[in-house]
Amino acid sequence: MAKVDHSVPLEYSTEENDLKIFGFWVFLGAEIMLFGTLFAAYFTLVDRTGSGPSGAEIFEITPVLAETFLLLTSSFTIGLAIHAMRLGSKKATLTFMGITLALGLAFLSVEIYEFLHYVHVGAGITVSAFTSILLTTLGTHGLHVTVGFFWGLFIMIQIAKRGLNPETANKSFIFSLYWHFLDVVWIFIFSFIYLKGMM
Amino acid sequence: MEFFERFMIPHPSFLIYVSMVLIVLVSIALVGVITYFKLWGYLWREWITTVDHKKIGIMYLLMALLMLFRGGVDAIMLRYQLSMPENTFLDAQHYNEVFTTHGVVMILFMAMPFITFFFNFLVPLQIGARDVAFPRLNNLSFWLFFMGAMLFNLSFVVGGSPDAGWTSYFPLADVEFSKSVGTNYYMIAIQIAGIGTLMTGINFITTIMKMRAPGMTLFKMPMFTWSALIANLIVVFAFPVLTVALAMGAMDRLFDTQFFAIGNGGMDMLWANLFWVWGHPEVYILILPAFGIFSEIISTFSRRNLYGYNSMVWSMIVISVFAFTVWTHHFFTMGQGAFTNSIFSITTMAIAIPTGVKIFNWMFTLYKGKIEFTTPMLYAVHFIPLFTLGGVTGVMLAMSAADYQYHNTMFLVAHFHNVIIPGVVYAMLAGLTFYWPKMFGFMLNEKIGKATVWVMSTGFLLAFMPMYITGLDGQARRMYTYSESTGFTTLNMVSFVGAGIMAVSFIMLVWNIWYSFKNSPRNIGSDPWNARGLEWATHTPIPAYNFAITPDITDSTSEAFWDMKHKGTEIFKGDIKKIHMPNYSGVPFIMSCGFFLLGFSLIFSMWIPAIVGLIVVLACMAYRSFEKDHGYYIPEEEVKATEKQYEKRGAK
Ligand code: HEM
Ligand SMILES: [Cu+2]
Repeated sequence: MAKVDHSVPLEYSTEENDLKIFGFWVFLGAEIMLFGTLFAAYFTLVDRTGSGPSGAEIFEITPVLAETFLLLTSSFTIGLAIHAMRLGSKKATLTFMGITLALGLAFLSVEIYEFLHYVHVGAGITVSAFTSILLTTLGTHGLHVTVGFFWGLFIMIQIAKRGLNPETANKSFIFSLYWHFLDVVWIFIFSFIYLKGMM
Repeated sequence: MEFFERFMIPHPSFLIYVSMVLIVLVSIALVGVITYFKLWGYLWREWITTVDHKKIGIMYLLMALLMLFRGGVDAIMLRYQLSMPENTFLDAQHYNEVFTTHGVVMILFMAMPFITFFFNFLVPLQIGARDVAFPRLNNLSFWLFFMGAMLFNLSFVVGGSPDAGWTSYFPLADVEFSKSVGTNYYMIAIQIAGIGTLMTGINFITTIMKMRAPGMTLFKMPMFTWSALIANLIVVFAFPVLTVALAMGAMDRLFDTQFFAIGNGGMDMLWANLFWVWGHPEVYILILPAFGIFSEIISTFSRRNLYGYNSMVWSMIVISVFAFTVWTHHFFTMGQGAFTNSIFSITTMAIAIPTGVKIFNWMFTLYKGKIEFTTPMLYAVHFIPLFTLGGVTGVMLAMSAADYQYHNTMFLVAHFHNVIIPGVVYAMLAGLTFYWPKMFGFMLNEKIGKATVWVMSTGFLLAFMPMYITGLDGQARRMYTYSESTGFTTLNMVSFVGAGIMAVSFIMLVWNIWYSFKNSPRNIGSDPWNARGLEWATHTPIPAYNFAITPDITDSTSEAFWDMKHKGTEIFKGDIKKIHMPNYSGVPFIMSCGFFLLGFSLIFSMWIPAIVGLIVVLACMAYRSFEKDHGYYIPEEEVKATEKQYEKRGAK
């Protein structure tokens, strides 16, 4: 095992850990560009509906509010999980991570329902430039949540088996950064795609 | 039978059949040789699974040289086709395919791995680190890049090459007008390689920001490391844009989405914008490390420190910001109106200012220097005037009103070759010659080397200066032929001769490597050029752990090795201790094979193997998540023993 520095939180405590957290921030920079590009394309194509429907015609407020509520809450619970981790409570960490992932799964279920609804009302991905970019942007976010779900699950298994050590703490912390990031992206989606689209 | 038909070449020709046979024969020979000499195990242990930044660097170098050859053959074919009016060597379709693959191969699969080779080989040495921040990710980056490159090259013999230009503009690149799978190759192979590049970017930013030797503040970093840092920052901000654009393009072609379509609200100009939002920064990703290499070489062989270190750094930072503000200059003629064009004209011209600052800094370094004309220096000295010429024609192109005359002509082709060849290619070859002894323990022959530079520059001028003239006279780019009455004949013939001379210079390079391998002395020590940077403070050949004692450069400048040699500044303080090293791993390679399968299957819309490929990729990620991998230690005694051996050999 590498040198452990006890003056900093567990997730930062080895050099490798420190590098990983820094590298992940850089990765998030790239992710910001990725979603930024999708948003730029969305704003370019939003009114180009061809013969398909516009946003106002297909958006439904109820599932969107449900998704927002679920994801924002999960961002809060992952924060609690990291807090519990800092306090050294394995059980609380696992509980809060479990809640986070359950909320994520619920979010995905509503999103799948939402997509089916779009296809049902004739707004499938091939209909117009607008539907293409709408579903791609939402889908990219949803795919990130899906990946996050399995990633989080793997980390939970490792914490359960190996306990809280510099390695699992580091992984959980990085996972929490990722999860918060997805939440921030969702806030943009909520405000600039749904709210603006429904107005 | 029907299943196999999709893999056929839609426009076969004699040349393609010959290449198919050659590829099969070479592959069989390669497998035969490796098996005969029982090299599979060695390859797997020492190269395929390696996490050593030096070895990964050398693999990038091999790829770059291989692709330089492939792109070079394309180039000669293009120039031969145009050397005579109404030539029938290539028909329109083949000409389209050849210039498309030439562009993609040269920029993405030759220039990119070449600079990545330098990132890998030099950055950890220049900052006094043991390896990069994420050695295993580095291996994955390479193999993804490799698989992307191989996939792209496969298009030549399986299914047909892309033919919509390296810019792949829509609607031309859509299924309606590009029916073969060629453009699928473009969208997916570049995507896979691009993911590798993005990870390289993240890796090197982290390495440079976090792993510098004690005492090395940002403004004490060697100039190449600065250029690497900035280029990788551009990578991280520019490549995601390409990722999105390529994904959209692939979806338009494979899943019938409407992003860039003509009807249903699609917008072809969105592709052009996204492409160049990545594309222009991309040219700076290539040129900044080239500038870094030249800075190292010019100060070494002027025998003085680089003039204007701070202004060199700041000009690169300014360039990196401006690089994102000029993209529309690639389509001034495509309808965004005078006001927008004027703004982008101004930003484009402004970028010439920091570039000019750098040119002056190099000249001030030469001024009053004790110049020594070695081969690397000769490249550098040819670079300065030739590159400046390319920059000046760039500023001409930047005038949007005038660009209506130049755009899409040979003038543009001359411009960008004029910056990329003397800029990037010369830097790569100069750097290769300069660092060759550090890598392989012997020098390249100076006589052949210098002759190569002169032949190359002669060939370059003959090949590209005529294009400025025919371009101004209206010869369009990407046209497979012209009639005699245009009067372009003579100049195009000159251009072909020039291209031939350049080909000779590359053969001379290969000859030089062979000749020097046979004849050069091996007892050259670790500092044959009397160089300046920390990378020369290592032994030759460089031990796996780079530095036995982590250098401390608190008391030195950005030229730590020079200070050590001439001012006696101590940089290796303390005792040898055990050294932590990362483990080798085969998972990244397997994962990249999964990506290859996934990519290939998507290109041909074969969903079941695509899912299999995806599962391989995901399984490797899951495996990685659960794996315990803490590396290993080289014990103190072993390090000491190795160091002793170097001392005995007299290398210091
Ligand atoms: C003083 C600096 C430069 C200026 C002002 C400049 C300006 C321009 C302009 C205005 C164009 C578009 C012209 C047209 O399409 O009609 C262009 C094209 C291009 N430039 Fe530059 N440039 C500069 C430096 C560079 C450098 C350093 C590189 C590469 C290392 C480069 C590579 C290219 C490429 C590859 C293209 C065209 C690609 C294509 O359309 O296929 N340029 N440049
Ligand atoms: Cu440009």
